[in-house]
Amino acid sequence: MSENCMHAQFTVNGETVDAQVPVRMHLVDYLRDELGLTGSHLGCEHGVCGACQVMVDGQVVRGCLTLAIQANGKQVQTIEGLTENRELQQLQAAFLEHNAFQCGFCSSGMLLTALEITKHHKQATREEIRELISGNYCRCTGYQAIVNAIESVLVKSSSESGAKV
Amino acid sequence: MNAPHELPLHAEGVATQENYVGQSVPRAGAKKLLEGRGTYLDDLRLPRLVHVVFFRSPHAHANIKQLDLSQARKQPGVVAVFDGHEVAKFCTPWVGVLGHLKGIRSAPQFAIAPERACWQGEAVAAIVAQTRRQAEDALDHVMVDWDLLPVVTDMEASLAGDVVIHADLGDNKCFSRELITENFEAEFAKADVVVEKVYEFSRHTGVTNEPRGILADYNPAENLLTVYQGTQTPNMMQDIFSRHLGIPESNVRVICKDVGGSFGIKVHVYPDEMATAAISVMLKRPVKFSADRIESFLTDIHAREHKVKIKLACTHQGDIIAFDLNDLTGIGPYSVYPRTSGIEGNQVVNLTGGPYKHKHYKAKLDVVFTNKNVTCQYRAVGHPIAMAVTEGIVDEAARKIGMDPAEFRRRNLIADDAYPYTFPSGVKFEKLSHHQCLDQLMTLMDYKGLRQEQANLRAKGIYRGIGLAAMIEVTNPSPAFYGVGGARISAQDGATIRLDPAGMVNVLVSVTEQGQGTEAVFTQIAATAVGVKVENVRVITGDTAITPYGGGTWASRGAGIGGEAVLQAGKVLRKHILDVAAAILKVESATLDLVNGVVVDKLSGQEQMPLSEVGRVAYFRPDTLPMNFQSELTVTRHYTPREYGFTFTNGIQASYVEVDTETGFVKLLKHWCVEDCGTIINPMLVDEQIRGGIVQGIGGAMFEECMYSEDGQLLNGSMADYLVPMAGEMPDMVIGHVQTPTKTSELGAKGAGEAGTAGAPGAVMNAINDALAPLNANVSVQPFTPQRVLAALGKI
Repeated sequence: MSENCMHAQFTVNGETVDAQVPVRMHLVDYLRDELGLTGSHLGCEHGVCGACQVMVDGQVVRGCLTLAIQANGKQVQTIEGLTENRELQQLQAAFLEHNAFQCGFCSSGMLLTALEITKHHKQATREEIRELISGNYCRCTGYQAIVNAIESVLVKSSSESGAKV
Repeated sequence: MNAPHELPLHAEGVATQENYVGQSVPRAGAKKLLEGRGTYLDDLRLPRLVHVVFFRSPHAHANIKQLDLSQARKQPGVVAVFDGHEVAKFCTPWVGVLGHLKGIRSAPQFAIAPERACWQGEAVAAIVAQTRRQAEDALDHVMVDWDLLPVVTDMEASLAGDVVIHADLGDNKCFSRELITENFEAEFAKADVVVEKVYEFSRHTGVTNEPRGILADYNPAENLLTVYQGTQTPNMMQDIFSRHLGIPESNVRVICKDVGGSFGIKVHVYPDEMATAAISVMLKRPVKFSADRIESFLTDIHAREHKVKIKLACTHQGDIIAFDLNDLTGIGPYSVYPRTSGIEGNQVVNLTGGPYKHKHYKAKLDVVFTNKNVTCQYRAVGHPIAMAVTEGIVDEAARKIGMDPAEFRRRNLIADDAYPYTFPSGVKFEKLSHHQCLDQLMTLMDYKGLRQEQANLRAKGIYRGIGLAAMIEVTNPSPAFYGVGGARISAQDGATIRLDPAGMVNVLVSVTEQGQGTEAVFTQIAATAVGVKVENVRVITGDTAITPYGGGTWASRGAGIGGEAVLQAGKVLRKHILDVAAAILKVESATLDLVNGVVVDKLSGQEQMPLSEVGRVAYFRPDTLPMNFQSELTVTRHYTPREYGFTFTNGIQASYVEVDTETGFVKLLKHWCVEDCGTIINPMLVDEQIRGGIVQGIGGAMFEECMYSEDGQLLNGSMADYLVPMAGEMPDMVIGHVQTPTKTSELGAKGAGEAGTAGAPGAVMNAINDALAPLNANVSVQPFTPQRVLAALGKI
């Protein structure tokens, strides 16, 4: 069986991809195998663990449940790009400071979920943070350090913006 | 706890101005993992790389009547196809037995089963293709004609032996052990009170976020096999590849880059990984195997399928006289190589009753084969079973005589001044701190206040429970664990430490990094020992070609054994650096010290020279040094714990839960753990490692179960069906410490990696049963699903 492909044009971390994309290939496989962006990981390949998460048009998606062709006309951002443009800088520093990771395999996905929390759930309580990261599996930590790290960023941004904590 | 002057690291000449030991510094070298710049196994690419996938048996027990690979071979991209006979020509089979587990038996196991599959998921053919997708597509074209054989999945049925899995062995018994202390029956008969209970544990598995993987690269020109593998034991695997593939040991190099979690899953020999290495030799090119999630569930070792009958005998006053244990465990069709599947049950026998001062003990263990996936050592091997049955029956006894469970434990825990102590099972404790840990726990959790709150809420129809679990943990094993049984598994580890010309300190260690922070704690120890800043230390692990020889990461041994080697090597390097500086300065080296990477005058503290100057002279201008002086700025030291079989640690956990008696759901409200792992190198890392361990223990107690049908089909081989703990269900966990450094090493560190997992299931079980007690209900089958809770309440 030869690969059935379709033409697609999209950007990955700001760079244009203009290619024939195998129609059955998942986005995370395309990023890893074709573009060498191995920062997004394959944990379960059925949408439960969250290690494969990337952003498509600013929304976090499971890279293992999204077909590469679905990225056509869209902007894809990965852990590599979000590191380079410093969007994750504060969270990465907090994760390191709080030891909010061990093996790091979940971290790329976890950080993207955390970024969404800092953008859209600025007032999240600890319990809400726990709920919001419940789509990301971490086998190493007790999750507590991750909650602490995300909470510390929320508290910091909230005090910087002058809002009441 | 040792007195302050007894703490090894306070000894003269060890403490430096910048003592990183005991400080929560952020993990050195780990930032790459947060930036997507780690190198996990599946991230590796090599020229001419091909991908192997395996055709796995859909049946739990079946003979291969005919295997037809001809159509698969013709599929696009397929490079080669192999059956078990072909691979066996390049990789000899193995038998998972050890000499010191007397009578243990197993059958020869092949990389690819040539004639018969003994569990659903056992590989019977390999397909190699240019891409993994092509190889997976070709799997659909493998034709097998099977001859189905009788299946035995139930442990008791296996013991009865109506269906025998390996005819050559005569029955299904892998290993048995019996132990009885002197006058046991007479002493047991003297008891006022005997409580008895049966506990069942469902098999579960590690679910590492990164599945298993291997990339083998054979170079025929040099007869050199380079294996990239997510493994906890590079040297053990080097030996095994060498012996089973027939390549000289020195020609096998095992490299372990970043690993996405191990927990004991990645410490064993897996047939598909051996086959991948063999196929690389056969094809003379690099071959990669990366398991997908269903393969992980079917073939990553499972663990902890036990049925335990336990009795406790005590006096009316609450003094424990004896424990009587009967453990049955089912391990799948083979004892796993080379550590065996007898160790887990053996540990249950060794450790049951472990925290207490009774003198009498009887134990019987049966380990039987079944047609399910193999089981073997998984984080906290045997401890979660031993601690749960001990602590469960202790609570039953306390309830029966009407004593508070904390008070019952206080009465029976081994006294803190009773050490060294030999436990009835024969294991020896150097120095434990049960009572200090209990006292600290009571304060930390406000035990009395919590009991009051519980009583108040119970009056309102809210059922909350408090569960305690005291524990002991095997760490820093000596050669008595595996070496004496004939396994080529190193109990010693080594560190090579070198001053580089620019003044950086480079450390090579045989213990591997699995994400727990090994390299970070070695960085802290090296910086402390040499007298430099942590940012000037670089640690390298996981490469048999460059690191010293050693055991790797398992049994909570990394910090205690590898760390001691780093400390000793670092101290000698410090001395050698000062010798060079003294030769340059023409002073006695005793007048100099090394502080924060600068050579200073010991008395005045005045700076003499930076390390880069020592490096410059030693490496590039040794002609300026005295004729009879040779600098030695590379030092290797090794360490083996030998005084005790294991360096035991201890601790106690508590769980606070609320049971919804209508739905059977258990809400975990809070968890506490007070633990004594000796010298703590990085408190922040230890605390979260313990928390992660607790969560893993909670997983087994509350959610995780590899469910099999009677005919041996795994029913829940996906993460949608096999539940793991996620953040939403987990409580906040409070961690406390008592520090009793081991005197067997200068560092004084014991292990901490498994304590959380060891004690959590028992604590949670006791909390649930404490909540259910007023309703005369009790759960004893893990995991404690809502269904099991409701059944206990008689509601379904």
